Formats: sequence, C-alpha cells, structure tokens
Amino acid sequence: MGCVEALNYEILMRDASFKECREYIKSHFSESIDVEPGFKIFDVHTIGVPPIAVGLDGNFVIFPYTKPCHGTFLLRVEDAEEAARLRALKKSR
Amino acid sequence: MAGNDTTETTAPQAKKTAVLVLGCPQVPVQTSVALYLTNRLSEAGIAPVIAGNKAAITLLVVADPKRHYLKEIMDLDRAVAQISDKKRDFDLCFVFIHNDAGVSYAATMAAISKAQIFPVIYGEHWEEMAAQITFPCTKIAAKAVHNPLPLKKVIDEVAPTWAA
Repeated sequence: MGCVEALNYEILMRDASFKECREYIKSHFSESIDVEPGFKIFDVHTIGVPPIAVGLDGNFVIFPYTKPCHGTFLLRVEDAEEAARLRALKKSR
Repeated sequence: MAGNDTTETTAPQAKKTAVLVLGCPQVPVQTSVALYLTNRLSEAGIAPVIAGNKAAITLLVVADPKRHYLKEIMDLDRAVAQISDKKRDFDLCFVFIHNDAGVSYAATMAAISKAQIFPVIYGEHWEEMAAQITFPCTKIAAKAVHNPLPLKKVIDEVAPTWAA
C-alpha cells in the first residue's frame, strides 16, 4: 500500500468535493484520463465517484486524494514515469 | 436410506461477512450506531469487520474495551487496498456518510467490492448526501446528529434483508 506522504506533492485544492476536483481538472488541463475508483496512482488507490478525472500536464500528474475528515485534496506531483504510464494507458483504450 | 452405503454430507456454509466503513467521527451518532450495527450483525451470524481511520477506531475501542461488540478492526486505507487488489472481499458493506468524502468512499466500495452496499447516511446534510448516491444500493438514511434513534429505527427495518 502506498503512502501519499512519500510523494513530493503540491496541493492545488483542499477540502474540495469530488465534483469540484473533476471540474477543475477538465477546465484547467487539456490532457486528462478517466479512471475507476481503486485505480492505483503512485501506488495509492484512488477514492471517488466514477469516472475519476486525472490530469496530465507535461511530467506532472494531477489527481484527487480523499481522506474521511478532510474531504478531497487535488494534488500535483511531478513524475515523468507515472505520467508516461498514464498516457500509454489512455492510448491503449 | 436403507441398503445404501453412501452418506450425504453437507459442506459447512462459510459465515457471511460485513465491513463497516467509518467516516470522520465528528458527528456523534457514528460511534453509537457502529457499535449497534456490529452487535446486530453478530446476532444475525454475520462477522463484522470495522474499517476506519485512527480517530474513528479509537472512539470505538475506548467505548468497548473488552471487545464485547468489536471483532476485527482494520485501517481504512488497508481495507481499500485489500479489496482493490482482490485479496479480500465481503458479503455486505456499510459505508457511514455525512459528508462528500463519505459519498466518495461509498462509490469506491460499490466499484471495487462485490458486497451488497448499504450507505448509512446521517448528519445535517443527510438528504443532500443521499441524493448524490445513484448506484444500486439500499440506503439507510435519517436526520441523526446527536440522537441515534432515527437511524437505529431504519437499521431495524432493513436488518431482515441481511439474512436473505
């Protein structure tokens, strides 16, 4: 099981709703991929109402991260390998 | 049967299991209702497993120090990981919801688990939360913040369906 604390992340939104995160990604990033709940990003299982939007911006991956007491955070993490993996997955669909 | 050497044996049926996915414990009824539900499930012969964050679990453990009601307890992230990775699953899943994060967890459980989903919806915004849940499930919903009785009443109405 992964831990988000191990990532060097930037918080784009905090205490947001899953809808707000989806809308933010769709309106701020030209590239995105929809994934199902439980899909692993950086070894972290995503939580949310499907479809969960994940943004891609160069080497950055933008994804929602939900905690029971703090709502949903929208995180931005730079990782060329993970961005490439998600792009390849999008292409293969 | 006379004249027949074969004996009929019935394989023992595996015990049904249920996971209770706890939300943030900031609304008082959660701890009370979780203990009540755990007891009802145990009495119905269903093994209850609690999954929650540290705060939600600590409230329960302190309230039931001799573990009369609580059986197995799991960290919430670990439970999600095990179900997602198909290492474990349950027959029933009760997701406690009083905020947007609770709706997200319920939708996640509906997507990753084969369990029958029972969203347990309460708090000041229970109607708004209930309206956001559109996947197939049996909603247990009531306006309950400090008083758990409205939610207990709905649980008692739904409980007979668990044995089915």
